[in-house]
Amino acid sequence: MSESLPEVIIEGRKLEKFYGNPGDSVIQVIAPTDISVYAGEILAVLGPSGSGKSTLLRMLTGLSKPSAGEVLWHGMPAAQKRPNVSIVFQNFALFPWLSVLENVEAPLKAKGVGEIARRKRSLKILETVGLDGFEAAYPKELSGGMKQRVGFARALVVEPEVLFMDEPFSALDVLTAENLRGELLELWKDKSIPTRAVYIVTHNIEEAVLLADRILVLGKNPGHIRTDFRVELPQPRDRKSPEFLQKVDYIYKVLTQPESVLAVMPDSSVAQPVSANKRAKFPMLPHARPGGITGLLEILSDRGGRDDIYHVADDLAFEIDDLLPIVEAASMLGFVRVSEGDVEVTPEGRAYVEADIAEQKEMFAKSAMENVLLIRQITRALQSKSNHTLRDEFFHDTLDEHFSEEETIQQLETAVNWGRYAGLFDYDAGTRKLYIPEPEEAEPVKE
Amino acid sequence: MARLPRLSLDRTWPFFLDLLVFAFVLSVFYGVIAISRYWLGAATPVTQISLSPWSLPRYAFYSLVRIGLAYILSLFFAVGYGYIAAHNKALRPLMVAVLDVLQSIPVLSFLPGVMLAMVSLIPGQQLGIELGSIILIFTGQVWNMAFSFYSSLRSIPRELHEAADIGGFSKWQRFIQLELPFGAIGLIWNSIVSVAGGWFFLMACEMFVLGKRDFRLPGLGSYLQTAAGNGDTSSMLWGLAAMIGVILLIDQVVWRPAIAWSEKFRFEQVESTIAPASPILHILRNSRAIRSFNEKTIHPIAEKIDLYFARKQRVEARPLSTAPKAVLLLVALAALAGAGYGLFQVALLLRGIHRGEVNNVLIGAGATFLRVNVSLLIAAAWTIPAGVAIGFHPRLARIAQPFTQIAASVPATALFPVLLLAIVNLGGGLGVGSILLMLLGTQWYILFNVIAGATAIPSEFKEVADLFHFSRADRWRIVILPGIFPYLVTGLVTASGGAWNASIVAEYFHFRDRVMSTTGLGAQISAATDAGHFNELLLATMVMASLVVCTNRLVWRPLYRLAETRYRLG
Repeated sequence: MSESLPEVIIEGRKLEKFYGNPGDSVIQVIAPTDISVYAGEILAVLGPSGSGKSTLLRMLTGLSKPSAGEVLWHGMPAAQKRPNVSIVFQNFALFPWLSVLENVEAPLKAKGVGEIARRKRSLKILETVGLDGFEAAYPKELSGGMKQRVGFARALVVEPEVLFMDEPFSALDVLTAENLRGELLELWKDKSIPTRAVYIVTHNIEEAVLLADRILVLGKNPGHIRTDFRVELPQPRDRKSPEFLQKVDYIYKVLTQPESVLAVMPDSSVAQPVSANKRAKFPMLPHARPGGITGLLEILSDRGGRDDIYHVADDLAFEIDDLLPIVEAASMLGFVRVSEGDVEVTPEGRAYVEADIAEQKEMFAKSAMENVLLIRQITRALQSKSNHTLRDEFFHDTLDEHFSEEETIQQLETAVNWGRYAGLFDYDAGTRKLYIPEPEEAEPVKE
Repeated sequence: MARLPRLSLDRTWPFFLDLLVFAFVLSVFYGVIAISRYWLGAATPVTQISLSPWSLPRYAFYSLVRIGLAYILSLFFAVGYGYIAAHNKALRPLMVAVLDVLQSIPVLSFLPGVMLAMVSLIPGQQLGIELGSIILIFTGQVWNMAFSFYSSLRSIPRELHEAADIGGFSKWQRFIQLELPFGAIGLIWNSIVSVAGGWFFLMACEMFVLGKRDFRLPGLGSYLQTAAGNGDTSSMLWGLAAMIGVILLIDQVVWRPAIAWSEKFRFEQVESTIAPASPILHILRNSRAIRSFNEKTIHPIAEKIDLYFARKQRVEARPLSTAPKAVLLLVALAALAGAGYGLFQVALLLRGIHRGEVNNVLIGAGATFLRVNVSLLIAAAWTIPAGVAIGFHPRLARIAQPFTQIAASVPATALFPVLLLAIVNLGGGLGVGSILLMLLGTQWYILFNVIAGATAIPSEFKEVADLFHFSRADRWRIVILPGIFPYLVTGLVTASGGAWNASIVAEYFHFRDRVMSTTGLGAQISAATDAGHFNELLLATMVMASLVVCTNRLVWRPLYRLAETRYRLG
């Protein structure tokens, strides 16, 4: 990297996304965020689910309009001229009724490129991504890896200045993903494609460290940038090298630490702390099942009650999106403590693991009532009714003020899961009512 | 050595295919000339219907053209309506509600308005009367197609839309490459149902009395009705055979190839193992003539259109000026004014109705309501066990499937005359007989859905039932009924709508120069049409439409939701 200021291709200024009308209760998805994409870099954007990484990508590419702020394209407002970008999608988004060639030709057709030129360019890019001979095939005849190659070809055929990728490897198996990643790096390094910058959204930490020149880590509630740092390791990178592991570990620390404490990069001072934004007023339930929480506690206890989150995830072959909610839930319930990327089982957690199932449920109920606002609210509301029954809409309306519609449904689903396990309340999907189950008398078991 | 002849056959085969295609094109050409000569001739509202079997091919041809044109009209309308409803957020709720109501209005209620309008628009030519009949058939076909296309468009995955957005697709390209293909399968299946409905009401649409005017168009429907009127059993059987023949032919020549072709639009990531096949599609795909027509004519034209829209979009400055909004507002205002005026006229018409007539309509509504539900009960009572048996036993399914399919494709109205004869001979009245007639038209929807549901029950469930020695009652209560529930509800919804619609032909019938009818809403609609009593027609139609819409809202929709939440497998 030269010392002179690199050229900014796309810049987001105070980008914001919220639902609802400003003034009254808005649901903030992304807090005002500044973000730049520089020429010559691969930028990876990492974050847990709910941090708005996809939303940010959609605002930068012009697919979705920011609620506030603006996107600049070479310093000009992007609203006036369509930026030359394309996207590789997580689930390929190929048109199943078009052949491979027709899929790749489609964006050129949209640009008004004539038939002969279109065919020539498409065949060339198909060759570049290793798909020559597959022109006439239909997507459903291809394996996942081949489909994503078509996805790459379709994105690259318009020679985008910035190539955006939305978790492009996460629908593929491990080996295929590894292979494609390597090929992408090769294309990039050899300059076989005229693309000047790559923006990749991922939830795979190793993937980010493998590919990126710069990494942004997002936090949630609402989405914001927690840290922005450069990865100055030479390519190809060695996953086992101490420098590599150090970066991975650092990202884990950032992701698992409460927002108030910002992890400092141990080796240097390149990490720029980004001020944490105001938190949402209503704590969000992490989408974890009670069984998962118990499982995590058992594994940790087997390992002496304390371990590195990175190790746990690695051993279980879990992605952070899967593991973090469980850790968060256990921590919310007071069963574990998280510090410096390590998880430690608390005395309460230890007692919980050693208890039998009936006791576990009781402890879970007690802890959830003490520590989890939503569970407490639901239980109190049900107790205050004489028939101990309420329609789910009632809670939808309360949650609606804090969460998007989709999130509201998920919050309530998780709450029902927890409430059921704890024996605090139950839900009848037929009548759509939440209720407190009658305490079971020792009823004789019917034949 | 054995290979050589096959090779030469391979080479001559496309030549035969071409001959077949040419023969087909020639016959279509002749057909166009014949039909246009007839249409542009002087208007003859009452054609003398010949009962000779030799006139059947000509009648079948006329009926086929009517249904075909009505279908093409429906297709364009459905696609346009669905497209606008899906794209225009402001109009959407209104348009969907309008569909809901129109779907519940029986064909005959459209008759007077459509007919009178067409005859006065194109006076003196057969064209006017024919167009009226075609539009009538259209009103029976179009609504479910429009709804299907609308809901397909609404369920396009977001990523596909985004891929089109980021590729900068013009509206045209998005329509051709994304929206139309995505909706194709739903459209084709609904087309099949719609055209079957067209055959069902063919008799009503080809031959009717409107006040003092008698309309009788040459066609299969008129033939059958005339034969029934004369009590001519052998002609009736000839007509029936011709109709079944045409339906089977269309199934082979149009629907099978269409279904096989539409497989490529199936939105799935993996290739399915069993794909439907069609020999006709094979012929079309392998004909050199068609291929070169496609390459030399269709493809270049499509290319020009695509590029035209692509370039136009590039040149166009940012749209969304205020002008379209103002136009939209004007249109909305005009529509509101029209609706207001219409309401006023309706009120005027309804004011002339006596108390007694209102009572009659209400009594009729009650009678038809009972009939519809009894027919549903009877249908469910035999189709559920039969459907489950067929669904559980693949061998039985292989034997039964073709028979049930043929039986279902025979329009119940074609069988009416035969059944009526039997009922009259047995001394029964239309009051009970009409239930049987409704049953004929609607039981198939339930049967096919139950078969599909029973096939979808995972075999593990059956194994669990075997393992724990479930009693027969438990097996039904725990495994089978919940398993088929969503399918059963779908079947019942369709059957219930169909039964209401069928009541207008089932409760009222011209037979041997007299009218057979029974107390019922359907009979009242038919009678009011015959006599030209528009106010009664309007009242009865409104009552029927609101009954159907209310049952949908109050009974079927909650059941649907229950099916989707609690009884969904997987």
